Amino acid sequence: MAHMTEGAEGLRSVPALLARNASRYGNSPAYREKEYGIWQSWTWAETAQEIEALSLGLLNLGVNEGDFIAIIGRNRPYLYWSMVAAQSVGAIPVPLYQDAVAEEMEYVLGHCGARFVIAGDQEQVDKVIEIQDDLHQFEHMIYLDPRGLRKYDHTRLHQFSHVQDQGRAAYDEFIKELEARRAKLDYDSTCVMLYTSGTTGKPKGVVLSNRNIIETAKASSEFDHLRADDEVLAYLPMAWVGDFIFSIGQAYWSGFCVNCPESPETMMTDLREIAPSYYFAPPRVFETQLTQIMIRMEDSGAFKKKTFDYFMEHARKVGPAILDGHSVGLWDRLKYKLGEVMVYGPLKNALGFSKVRVGYTAGEAIGPEIFDFYRSLGINLKQLYGQTEASVFITQQPDGEVRSDTVGVPSPGVEIRIADNGEVFYRSPGVFVEYYKNAESTADTKDSEGWVATGDAGFIEEATGHLRIIDRAKDVGAMADGAMFAPKYVENKLKFYPNILEAVVFGAGRDRCCAFINIDLTAVGNWAERNNIAYASYQELAGHKQVLDTIQAHIEEVNASIAQDEMLSGCQVHRFLVLHKELDADDGELTRTRKVRRKIIGEKFEDLVNALYDGSTSVYTETEVTYEDGRKGKIKATLEIRDAKVVPATTQRMAAE
Amino acid sequence: MKDTEGYVTADGRQIGGTLMEMRNITLRFGGVVAIQDISFDIREGEVRAIIGPNGAGKSSMLNVISGFYTPSEGEVWYKGAKRPPMKPFEVARQGVARTFQNIALFEGMTVLDNVMTGRLTHMNAGIASQALWWGKARDEEMENREKVERVIDFLEIQNIRKTPVGRLPYGLKKRVELARALAAEPSILLLDEPMAGMNVEEKEDMSRFILDVNDEFGTTICLIEHDMGVVMDLSDRVVVMDYGKKIGDGTPDEVRNNQDVIDAYLGVPH
Repeated sequence: MAHMTEGAEGLRSVPALLARNASRYGNSPAYREKEYGIWQSWTWAETAQEIEALSLGLLNLGVNEGDFIAIIGRNRPYLYWSMVAAQSVGAIPVPLYQDAVAEEMEYVLGHCGARFVIAGDQEQVDKVIEIQDDLHQFEHMIYLDPRGLRKYDHTRLHQFSHVQDQGRAAYDEFIKELEARRAKLDYDSTCVMLYTSGTTGKPKGVVLSNRNIIETAKASSEFDHLRADDEVLAYLPMAWVGDFIFSIGQAYWSGFCVNCPESPETMMTDLREIAPSYYFAPPRVFETQLTQIMIRMEDSGAFKKKTFDYFMEHARKVGPAILDGHSVGLWDRLKYKLGEVMVYGPLKNALGFSKVRVGYTAGEAIGPEIFDFYRSLGINLKQLYGQTEASVFITQQPDGEVRSDTVGVPSPGVEIRIADNGEVFYRSPGVFVEYYKNAESTADTKDSEGWVATGDAGFIEEATGHLRIIDRAKDVGAMADGAMFAPKYVENKLKFYPNILEAVVFGAGRDRCCAFINIDLTAVGNWAERNNIAYASYQELAGHKQVLDTIQAHIEEVNASIAQDEMLSGCQVHRFLVLHKELDADDGELTRTRKVRRKIIGEKFEDLVNALYDGSTSVYTETEVTYEDGRKGKIKATLEIRDAKVVPATTQRMAAE
Repeated sequence: MKDTEGYVTADGRQIGGTLMEMRNITLRFGGVVAIQDISFDIREGEVRAIIGPNGAGKSSMLNVISGFYTPSEGEVWYKGAKRPPMKPFEVARQGVARTFQNIALFEGMTVLDNVMTGRLTHMNAGIASQALWWGKARDEEMENREKVERVIDFLEIQNIRKTPVGRLPYGLKKRVELARALAAEPSILLLDEPMAGMNVEEKEDMSRFILDVNDEFGTTICLIEHDMGVVMDLSDRVVVMDYGKKIGDGTPDEVRNNQDVIDAYLGVPH
């Protein structure tokens, strides 16, 4: 390779990686999909042929270099091929969220001016047809599943397999052109454009180059020693950057196999059958699985339950240490081995985690008990911190240095800087090129030296070099004495207790922190039932003395843990009350995605906030509520306010005083 | 309407010639006349509904079509030939499959096994071969499993493939029954109240599946249904029965405006 000027091993595009894999791993599986009850599979060599046929078919349809091709559907090999075929002909793949409604799709398709759409099934085709009159650049649509589409007007609609057939038929005509276009791809050409979900304002199109994707895939694959014989299950939305990195970037770099489930409903069964060796899931998935295990164990026989409890307790004690390779006594090791046979092994098998070598979770904070549960079973679950703009990886946890409260050390090639206000900035080869047609936002996010603002506040632990994320930067405030106030950090810690559903911490500009607590009616109600405590309503249960004692104990534990953090020790909760109603999106107290609206709650319950700060021990209040049918009513209550024990301030604050 | 030319439906589908024809069917149980001198035809590729109030004789009619009852008088013509009296399984072999009003599945067996029973008429390996799982039985099973899997995929019941039917909710059981009937690759599919006892969402799903079956496989469908909205939306032509007699026959619109039908079944319009 004489002209290997730039790029890892001269591989400067995904189609180039495909060609390498087809020759190096030709007979190993590249894709599997369960269909008709059987895992159908394609080797790398077959994949290369399928993608080439599709690329030729796209040329036949008139795809130009620089065109945008939108791809909409659930995870299927054909749609992954579509992305690589689009790249092969010099077009830019734009995967979209399949659950997006037509209007959202219209914005995105209009914004990038997609000329072609590749859709999974009738549902997606219908959505695009609904909006196509407003899309001036849209020309052709290709669909995968012909079901229900037989009678549609096919002047601009093509079946996927027919496009491939036409491509094969026109091989001689277009192969030269295809080769020329593939050869032109370099490190700076666009690999993919992904729209960020856009919680604020319109979605933004993040342009990622081949350099971004390949460098990131290379570094992260090496970090976790990913291999060609690894297996992943592709079930997260294709429009999400994580899926693109795992199922295309790393899969093409390392040459491992991407498995697609039969349908979203069969995902858990498929997971068990495939037993991936490399796995990613958001905390919610791990949480649900754990809850299901616990419920099923509650229902099992006394012997099974005892065995489970006994060995799980042992696992909690020594499991993580064994996983991290620390020294553990011989007896404990033997007992853990026995547990592996009796409990851990079968349990991991039932979860589909028998072969997991590397598992990641990210997106939001994961509860320490949940995290430790999986690790104690010997599952190497780790955390990472990333963004679309970074091609995912900013920090990740190396093997043996895993904790639930950090997000790890900077990924290879990533530099991290903490601004004066605590905001985390990063710079890496994975940093995105630009927001498409939005120079203003690009300039706001990325400075001239390539540093990108994450919008999150955090700090680097001096002892370990691990990054810890505290809160969204805009939510972090200061208390009266200037100490950092990070409400979400405290709230998350509180919410990890199953008894606490929501917590709202106040303290910005005040001398100390106080909190509102919402109990979790399911968990606390269950506890009440088991202990013969009668209650008629949420309000009554929330005001029960024993419930308040429990919550107080939780808060004091949290205070003790916060006190260990020099920077945040001021955020300990001094006083709290348990609210007489559940915070509800219908009353405007939560967003529709169940995030607390601190400011609105503070205004609405001003009397309660004042009572927390004026030292009174109880407060009478009336609150207007909206019932599900839209009627309004009033809840009256007298709430008890309690003081929680706080751990004395740390050295730093004493010095300041 | 004895022509074999067929017709074109409102949504542009070409309906073929007569597939099955009832000629002056009368069915008596002792002195009770369940069906009295009824004639109608079912065309290839159409969705044909039989409606009527309780006790009108709809299910009896369906049982005549499926061969469960032999009519006291009259003839059943199928694929251009007069059908001699037959056992239901012989009728089934001829390509007539059905579902039942009150679900007749094997509760203890999985969905997959239940649907596989729909293929029984297509299996003819010997008992020895089946017992040894060797040769023909094995090839046959694999071939049939593939057909069954396509039906499972079509009706979107992959996630319950291995679930015992007894554990499924009612709406899903109905879908499994449809799957079993479809697995037989019938020329005519008889559906006895496919939407009975379903909620709105389940009815919508079932309607979509019925239309998709008709559309994808070209299967002729004959259904009995109480839900008038569903019948009018789904069917190409409707037979209306009352007290064992035919009181109307035609497109949903024709039937809807037929005074006899309104009086007998739909009541006075409000």
